[in-house]
Amino acid sequence: MKYKVFIGIFIVELLLLIGILLFSYISINTRIDEMKYLRQLCQGLTATDLAIWTEARYTRHPSQTDIFSAFQDCPSCLEHFPAGSVLSPPPHFRRPLEAVK
Amino acid sequence: MRRHLMILEFALSCLCRRKYKNLALLFAFSLLVFILSSILLLTYALKKEAIEILQGAPEITVQRTVAGRHELIPVEYINKIKTIPGVGKVEPRYWGYYYDPFIGANYTLLGANRDMLRKIEILEGKSFFSEQKGVCIVGKGVAKAYFAEVGDRITIIGADGISYTFKIAGIFKTASDILTNDLIILSNDDIKRLFQIPTGFATDIVVEVYNPEEIETVAEKIKKLFPSTRPITREEILRTYESLFDWRSGMILTMFIAAVVAFVILAWDKATGLSAEERREIGILKAIGWESSDIMELKFWEGFVLSSLSFFTGLIGGYMHVFFFGAPLLSTALKGWSVVFPTLKLTPYVSAYQILVLLFLTVVPYMASTIVPSWKAAMTEPDQVMRG
Repeated sequence: MKYKVFIGIFIVELLLLIGILLFSYISINTRIDEMKYLRQLCQGLTATDLAIWTEARYTRHPSQTDIFSAFQDCPSCLEHFPAGSVLSPPPHFRRPLEAVK
Repeated sequence: MRRHLMILEFALSCLCRRKYKNLALLFAFSLLVFILSSILLLTYALKKEAIEILQGAPEITVQRTVAGRHELIPVEYINKIKTIPGVGKVEPRYWGYYYDPFIGANYTLLGANRDMLRKIEILEGKSFFSEQKGVCIVGKGVAKAYFAEVGDRITIIGADGISYTFKIAGIFKTASDILTNDLIILSNDDIKRLFQIPTGFATDIVVEVYNPEEIETVAEKIKKLFPSTRPITREEILRTYESLFDWRSGMILTMFIAAVVAFVILAWDKATGLSAEERREIGILKAIGWESSDIMELKFWEGFVLSSLSFFTGLIGGYMHVFFFGAPLLSTALKGWSVVFPTLKLTPYVSAYQILVLLFLTVVPYMASTIVPSWKAAMTEPDQVMRG
């Protein structure tokens, strides 16, 4: 009976999915201390950004990019580096200039 | 119940009759869910991780701008900022970027104060005293780039053209890569000497505010006191990271749209009509006494078998790709030209919203495109269907 095979595969995949969701739940809980430490380290280092993209200052510190000068570097502005097209611009670039403090 | 199982059995037999076509469809569908789920899971995990960690970012960072560019800030501003009610510690930060011409990588150099050095724990080696000169702590990425270990020395060329050598006192462990991968921590004096920062100036100032409710007000007061400054609040940093890793923007969206368009073509091909063979099959089933509802159920099962198996396979594959293997297929696109790029060991954050988005983007349109043309054919007289 083909339907038994299908139901069998369906149940196995469903159990796998439930398994990975459980794994997620457990991982998040076991990493609570690690995240707490990283938060403290962030506080200690007075870090403002994650060290992911190091190719340009506006990809290394996207939260510190400014909006004051013409042709300013920021993710997705006149782009020089590939990572800038992966990131989207920070929210203060999307607001009208008058609304910015 | 038995009737439904028999219809499911018949649906599976129909699928097996067109085995290769359906296997190809299963593969394409799974691949599509795999790509979409990898993008969704990766961006969501990065966003959650960033927001969790950056809760520890300074309440306010004060930059000074001159002619629209970030400039060094006078340290004397600190005294006036301290007088604002609700303000705690106010400290200067000395930091900057360094391009290493030998390796072709960019590093972030940060001056350490006493508090900072006390809070650094996950280290191979040890920390150093804030007054100590000629020593540093480096991120894993920097150590890898230099093939260096604790006790080795690294050379940095200063703004005066002189090469300065620093002994590596400690290396951050991999667990903190996402925050420290490209960092080189030196004493404040060393940083000032390297970058030739004039006395009385700092890169920026960090301000502690006791009550989170007052951060915005304090930032406004700083802006009023020093109009040439730009106070960046922690809330703004968090908002920035919320939008940076939004799957609905940037290159991620481009990749996402490409995958969705490919799927739309697949679904459209199915929705625009049944093959002559499928129409004849429906006609024969009606002629031998099947109800329209039975035919609809048959088509439902056909769609369900394919889409559910593809959905599960793609989603499980995408999850393992991102959280067990560090998203190697996406990281090539994500990495760009970054020479020092952290290993992505992300916390597996998954939300019901993501799974629902994926379900509505893939399974629902596929099921609709399977059932709607069959419903039209099932409503027609059997002889007409068979004649086409």
